[in-house]
Amino acid sequence: MEATKKEQNFIVSVSPHVKSDETTSRIMWTVSIALLPALLSGLYFFGPKALFVTLLCIISSMIFEHLYFRIVEKKSAVGDGSAFLTGLLLGMNMPSSLWSVSPFTIHVPIVASFVAIVITKQLFGGLGFNVFNPALIGRAFALISWPKAMTIWSAPTAAFFAMDAKTTATPLGILKEEGVTKLIEVFGDKMSLYQQLFTGHRAGSIGETSAIALLIGGLFLLAKRYITWHIPVSFLGSAALMAWVMGGKGGLFTGDPIVHLMSGGMMLGAWFMATDYVTSPSMKTGQIIFGVGCGLLTMLIRLKGGYPEGVMFAILIMNCFAPLIDRGFRSKVFGAVKPATAKEGSK
Amino acid sequence: MGLATFRGGIHPPDKKALAAGSSITDVKPPKIIIVPLSQHAGAPCKPLVSIGQEVKKGEAIGEAGGFVSAPVHASVSGKVVAIAEFPNAMGRMVNSIVIENDGKEEWTTLKDSPDYMNLSAEELKEKVKAAGIVGLGGAAFPTSVKLSPPKEKPINTVVINGAECEPYLTADYRLMLEKPREIVEGLKILMKVLNVSKGYIGIENNKPDAVKTMKDAVQGAPGIEVIACEVKYPQGAEKMLIKACVDREVPPRGLPMDVGVVVQNVGTALAIYEAARFGKPLIERVVTVTGEGIREPKNLMARVGAKIADLIEEAGGFKDGAAKVIAGGPMMGFAIASLDIPVTKGTSGILVMPEAEIEHSEEFGPCIRCGRCIGACAMGLQPFMLSILGEIGHYEEAKEYNLFDCFECGSCAYVCPAKRPIVQLVRLAKSMVKP
Repeated sequence: MEATKKEQNFIVSVSPHVKSDETTSRIMWTVSIALLPALLSGLYFFGPKALFVTLLCIISSMIFEHLYFRIVEKKSAVGDGSAFLTGLLLGMNMPSSLWSVSPFTIHVPIVASFVAIVITKQLFGGLGFNVFNPALIGRAFALISWPKAMTIWSAPTAAFFAMDAKTTATPLGILKEEGVTKLIEVFGDKMSLYQQLFTGHRAGSIGETSAIALLIGGLFLLAKRYITWHIPVSFLGSAALMAWVMGGKGGLFTGDPIVHLMSGGMMLGAWFMATDYVTSPSMKTGQIIFGVGCGLLTMLIRLKGGYPEGVMFAILIMNCFAPLIDRGFRSKVFGAVKPATAKEGSK
Repeated sequence: MGLATFRGGIHPPDKKALAAGSSITDVKPPKIIIVPLSQHAGAPCKPLVSIGQEVKKGEAIGEAGGFVSAPVHASVSGKVVAIAEFPNAMGRMVNSIVIENDGKEEWTTLKDSPDYMNLSAEELKEKVKAAGIVGLGGAAFPTSVKLSPPKEKPINTVVINGAECEPYLTADYRLMLEKPREIVEGLKILMKVLNVSKGYIGIENNKPDAVKTMKDAVQGAPGIEVIACEVKYPQGAEKMLIKACVDREVPPRGLPMDVGVVVQNVGTALAIYEAARFGKPLIERVVTVTGEGIREPKNLMARVGAKIADLIEEAGGFKDGAAKVIAGGPMMGFAIASLDIPVTKGTSGILVMPEAEIEHSEEFGPCIRCGRCIGACAMGLQPFMLSILGEIGHYEEAKEYNLFDCFECGSCAYVCPAKRPIVQLVRLAKSMVKP
């Protein structure tokens, strides 16, 4: 050996010495890409004001994230994409009317972003430690603080520059106040009701209306194995079952599950909000329990509660239980006869 | 369903093509050897020689220091020049015997036994013990101990481990291609010693030629079967291989003998044959010297005690930009700081990685609970919890998450998108609490 090579400083580190190319930020950006079809659909139906509201949420989320790191003197991790994703989800959960109804409501997205990023995420310990889904807390805070501004819905219009769009009620709003007959009447007939719910031609939050666009994004994540079927399927399945059993005026088993699945934030919630890694259980069994809880609570609120929509509160309530569910459902250790409980493990 | 396997695991790029085509060649005898007195699991050896003493090749220079221990032998003839502490691949200082090669390659007298299959189980076991044979897969557990199971644990199956699931490494692969009959003979000896009638050879299916060669070699050998296993890391871990080959699950914290199985690596099987047939002690082994940072990746028959620098030279030296040298494979090997570290019985490979291949892991992010580690863990653990509890110092609580069932295969850290040093945190936690 030449002397030079002997004196070479080798890198010494702990095994494994090879790693997959997956990164946290790639996950965040991929989920953001999966939201693109739904976002584009929202922009198509609600126009530039939808773009404005969404951008406002994204930009303020990222600024708050960056400022927080500056204040606590940590290296800014704003580039990991998680604040972008939170902002994007928050924006997609807001009505586009926040811009056009009154210029004074544009503070709503900014305050909601602050609540999402600073209070819900960073003050709970930052990425990975938050108990609640940040975007949903941001939205819940806005809904409770400005109930009127957050429930004025622009009617969908494919005319991109129709800034003076009329306001209207959401399908779930009509269903709650006036019943299913009126809902079908508003949309013409049952077929065109389904059709328009499917494409997204209805009033609602910017990113929640198009069932097909959300389904494309969700299936994309499923195919990429970024999510598994457990939460979305148990969420949608239990909600559909309860809608069918309890949702009809004509007694048990007369409800319309299709309307419920495709309206409100059901698709957005089941595919993109409830599947948030941090705030959902990590074991498969726990995920199914979590999903069923989300589905049943959503329908309970929709059918019996004061709000026409229940997805947001359902997911937030189940977020509380996620750590508990994780404690209860541990993995089965290789070779163990039954799942090891805390007691056995500590012996 | 396809090939035999286990639940969990990962699929890292296997990079075996680098060295797979190179047949096993000898390294030129080293000028100096450093033989650590502890290169196996268990008690260190007691030195049998003193400074200045002349030794012959194959002579025992350290005797087993206990039941779980194995003697060490001189791999060259020459003079003992020092008995002192030298660093090993793990960075620990180990008492070692240094011998200067006199170049004569003079063997000590070995006891030839052409009729080794007629020897008694006890006699064969004694030969294995005297030859200093340990598991050559990496863990270096003394083989004689595995051949002496307690009465309450009857053994009925021997599994030969030819999985070689570590990326890059091809030492076992080459052995299976070049010495299939000897490996099968080694297996027969094991079966005789343990008085069992069932033997399996488990091989990952990315080595179809090895599977075929071994299948041909076991033709006419009763009770021996070759199993092609799915290509998945860590298929070569004892528990995973047993699951794949005989569909038994070793209980948590248990040993293969709890399900009546003894597992031995293909290299170990060869060493057992050579010990029984020729009385040859374990003084050399196949080491794959490979990686994108090495000029001519090779499979080398290296003497135990030879410096890693000698092997690297034999393989054409470093390419420009070689930045990391690993003793072992990329998943479980140890990065070494000096090339003066000796080859030991457990050294299956020397992997040289260039700067470009290295993950700089100084920086890692918080766990986002994505669950990838749960899916990757072959032991059915929740590695993310172990890493979080290890990071915040809740070591006792980590035991509730089956800390001590982790055998540190690194699959979790491989898939972790936050690049968390999960294995390191697990080791830390293990060192802080009692099992």
